[in-house]
Amino acid sequence: MYDFAYHKPSSVADAMAALKAADDGKFLAGGMTMIPTLKQRLAQPSDLIDLSGVGDLVGITVSGGAVTIGAMTTHAAVATSTDVQSAIPALAALAGGIGDPQVRNRGTIGGSVANNDPAADYPAACLALGATIKTDRREMAADDFFTDLFETALADDEIILSVSFPKPSKAAYQKFDNPASRYALVGVFVAQTAGGPRVAVTGSGQNGVFRVPGMESALASSWSADAVKGMAVDAGTLNSDIHASAEYRAHLIGVMAGRAVTAAG
Amino acid sequence: MPEGGTGIGAAVKRVEDQRFLTGRGNYTDDLNRYGQTYAYILRSPHAHATINRIDTAAAKSAPGVLAVFTGEDMEVGSLPCGWQVHSKDGTPMQEPGHPPLARGKVRHVGDQVAVVIAETYAQAKDAAEKITVDYGPLPAVINMNKALAGGALVHDEIGTNLCYDWEIGDEAEVDAVFAKAAHVTEIDIVNNRLIPNAMEPRAAVGEFDQATGEYTLYTTSQNPHVIRLLMGAFVLSIPEHKLRVVAPDVGGGFGSKIYHYAEEAIVTWAAPKVGRPIKWTAERSESFISDAHGRDHITHAKMAMDADGKFLALKVATKANMGAYLSTFAPCVPTYLYATLLAGVYTTPIIHCNVKAVFTNTVPVDAYRGAGRPEATYLLERLVAKCAREMGLSQVDIRRKNFIPSDAFPYQTPVALQYDSGDYTATLNAALKAADVDGFDARRKAAEARGKRRGLGFSTYLEACGIAPSAVVGSLGARAGLYESAEVRVHPTGSVTVFTGSHSHGQGHETTFAQLVSDRLGLPLENIEISHGDTNKVQFGMGTYGSRSLAVGGEAIVKAMNKVVTKATKIAAHIMEASESDIEFKDGQFTVAGTDKSMAFGEVALSAYVPHNFPHEELEPGLDETAFYDPLNFTYPGGCHICEVEIDPDTGVTTVERMTAVDDVGRVINPMIVAGQIHGGIAQGIGQALLEGCVYDDNGQLLTGSYMDYTMPRADNLPSFTVGTEVTLCTHNSLGVKGCGEVGAIGSPPAVINAVVDALWDLGVHDMPMPATPQTVWAAIQAARPAAAAE
Ligand SMILES: Cc1cc2nc3c(=O)[nH]c(=O)nc-3n(C[C@H](O)[C@H](O)[C@H](O)COP(=O)(O)OP(=O)(O)OC[C@H]3O[C@@H](n4cnc5c(N)ncnc54)[C@H](O)[C@@H]3O)c2cc1C
Repeated sequence: MYDFAYHKPSSVADAMAALKAADDGKFLAGGMTMIPTLKQRLAQPSDLIDLSGVGDLVGITVSGGAVTIGAMTTHAAVATSTDVQSAIPALAALAGGIGDPQVRNRGTIGGSVANNDPAADYPAACLALGATIKTDRREMAADDFFTDLFETALADDEIILSVSFPKPSKAAYQKFDNPASRYALVGVFVAQTAGGPRVAVTGSGQNGVFRVPGMESALASSWSADAVKGMAVDAGTLNSDIHASAEYRAHLIGVMAGRAVTAAG
Repeated sequence: MPEGGTGIGAAVKRVEDQRFLTGRGNYTDDLNRYGQTYAYILRSPHAHATINRIDTAAAKSAPGVLAVFTGEDMEVGSLPCGWQVHSKDGTPMQEPGHPPLARGKVRHVGDQVAVVIAETYAQAKDAAEKITVDYGPLPAVINMNKALAGGALVHDEIGTNLCYDWEIGDEAEVDAVFAKAAHVTEIDIVNNRLIPNAMEPRAAVGEFDQATGEYTLYTTSQNPHVIRLLMGAFVLSIPEHKLRVVAPDVGGGFGSKIYHYAEEAIVTWAAPKVGRPIKWTAERSESFISDAHGRDHITHAKMAMDADGKFLALKVATKANMGAYLSTFAPCVPTYLYATLLAGVYTTPIIHCNVKAVFTNTVPVDAYRGAGRPEATYLLERLVAKCAREMGLSQVDIRRKNFIPSDAFPYQTPVALQYDSGDYTATLNAALKAADVDGFDARRKAAEARGKRRGLGFSTYLEACGIAPSAVVGSLGARAGLYESAEVRVHPTGSVTVFTGSHSHGQGHETTFAQLVSDRLGLPLENIEISHGDTNKVQFGMGTYGSRSLAVGGEAIVKAMNKVVTKATKIAAHIMEASESDIEFKDGQFTVAGTDKSMAFGEVALSAYVPHNFPHEELEPGLDETAFYDPLNFTYPGGCHICEVEIDPDTGVTTVERMTAVDDVGRVINPMIVAGQIHGGIAQGIGQALLEGCVYDDNGQLLTGSYMDYTMPRADNLPSFTVGTEVTLCTHNSLGVKGCGEVGAIGSPPAVINAVVDALWDLGVHDMPMPATPQTVWAAIQAARPAAAAE
């Protein structure tokens, strides 16, 4: 880890001011990605702005048919929230399947979404549920937010305030764990939304999380596991690594999608 | 007090756990010496490259830096190899040099290139970034077949990547049996390379006392005396009386902490140069590329059988990866700890095995929990399972047909070993019952109804441990004896400190050894201290590996205790004015037979140190005895492991549903500790079978260099195990013990893979490599689909 200046503001405004004043400042949320990156000397920010003192960024509200989660809300808080469990059980279950208890007690939704790890779980929920990402200056649809591997539409000095998930009529997430890291090797989130079925896949795409239009239209004509089960995604757009070839991932997407539809009921 | 007291056979809770579980263990990295500095080792990013130039000037003037050294500065001996194997033509193995800091060339990713010593670790690391190394990258050889087929040379000076070409048995005689056999079953086996991953990373603190000229090395070692000998005599030329090596609490080793590593020599050598103690602690990613790896064999084997499936001959050809340099024990692992095990529990009358050891541009490979015996067992038990299929016999019948009968001991195998005892039918029968094999068909049908495949796999294995008779290993090329020593020091008020040359790094010796003392001397556990790990305290020791601590180290303690009792009997006889032959010692009391005259052990001890009326010509004061014990034979634990798996054919996920192990580990001193050792071994065995696999790319970059990609077994990968013991006693040690540290890791992998193959057999999948990851299993099912459809 290289040296950096440490700030712990207590408001969003102070956090933004600290970032502006810094040469190359970075927000620190749960630190579950940031700290290992620093320890491995893969990043050298001049300043770290710790958001854990910004109370406004924490909390879960359900209103107007949507669940809104503050950026600094931990995965554990989402997983155990009775509000989330009753409004969007699939989202609570997804949060409860991230990493291990230590990670869930530190990691935050804002950090996860900002980081856009191609194997992370939340991006699939955001995309499938048609979430809105609210920042200090605008609101972005998930479809526009996740741009590429570890890339988002966020500007360098932009802060995520919250993520808002419209309540689907039904939804489920099925995650196939990478055996080593237990991030998603393949994760498929299916949702029956006001605008029709949405299917999002994480862990697999060469450009990160993506939707599967073919499955969405198949589900639109028949909401059943059989409609999507054998429907493999084109392996040419998928990642290959030591844990899964693109072909295996393509196959698993079909299997996980089918299971998700069954689980959603 | 636990049932059965605190002696042999009692499930006493581990006395060391109080400090381990409350965070009060004292590990090497916990030590902080006055004036301590920190070392960072700069390692090679290349698998193979020349070092053209190293510029350390900027690093030397970086903040906090005390010194920077490279291979050019560190002119010391080569890290030695403790075992010399000869090729079949009689020539000694190739033994290229292994400098602690590379000179001229780096040979694997992680090879040590320079050391930076600074006031803080962060400063050392910052400064290391300022070192510029001009590398000339060379093609790397990773694959053993390519290394032997004219690939790049790992060591130019020896002109070959072949370390040795060794054999055991008469090839022509074996071939003649094959020529006449009714049936031959062949198999190709890869034993996957593993990365040990002890919970505690390696660490070393080097210190030099200007006043006395004495060096001290604190290190994460399984055998501090061996490190003192190897480093002192061969690398740094420091005589034993000026070199103290301390291995305090050590958090797991599994073999990886047996060897003498470069970092130990570096911090010890540099300590007087900077005039201050130096600490080095591996980062986890560093452990992946600097701890010796395990396994890594490629084998072709075949079994000749008669028409009834009786084994007539076995022929094995193995290539064993040594990595880039010879680690301390590496050459003996794929030879004397492997090929000699190929008879297993079977009466196969004649065996030939050829082993080619190969240098590659990878981390050195050495013994890892089981060391050679898991490789032999995996090969044999996979082959036997295939023989049964081809002969139309059940997995149980082929084994029963070929077992060494229980009345055939001592049994001389065709591959040098003589087994002293065992009852393979008994362990098989007990395991069949414990695993409810009779109920398997119903469970399989129920699984099929759920769309799952269910399989059952067997492994009836044997291993040789309690390493080892010095005369035997000496004749096989060991450069050391493999006895053990113990000192039993009885203090004036009757409490006892035992100094043992064994080393505990998780095994619970402080409890098991204390139970031996409690049993023999009739003392409560709180009056017994087991001391190990410090060459200035313990007289000598060969350390802990090869499941030798109880069978060899424990026997040494018994031998020393017998001397204590003999001496104490003399003292008691003198004081109670009786003849020595009339003194009985039982439950801590010396009694004159047939009288009520009696002295407690503590009273005798006090007399020994307060010898007011001793006849000094016949009776020395004091009660302190030392013994060295050299075993007469290896010990031969064995048993039966039965694994039941369920496979989801849609995803390739294998779940271990049941794991049953019935082992014969000889006499059980502490059943709870034995069960714990077997549990840990099985966890590692399932890890090897389903999860763990070290992967290098063709350029020698380690693709599984962290837990993001290297899959360690976790609790939820494992079912609750059913373990039990069926005991036959070892006939050549007084305790009757055999050893339990490695059996779990030796017996279980083939049981797991045989179960996977059994589950998928009807789908046309007839082979499965380790680790059987979901992707591997799924791909095998896909590959078999067209074939199965065509059948
Ligand atoms: C062992 C382990 C296992 C894991 N397993 C999983 C898993 O299974 N599935 C999964 O999805 N994830 C997993 N994670 C990731 C984890 O869940 C976190 O979501 C992730 O580390 C990021 O969240 P964080 O709060 O820790 O962010 P940090 O690490 O603190 O920050 C990450 C990045 O986001 C930026 N950032 C943080 N907050 C904001 C904000 N409000 N506005 C703008 N930018 C911001 C930071 O500047 C930084 O660049 C795992 C992590 C670990 C260590």
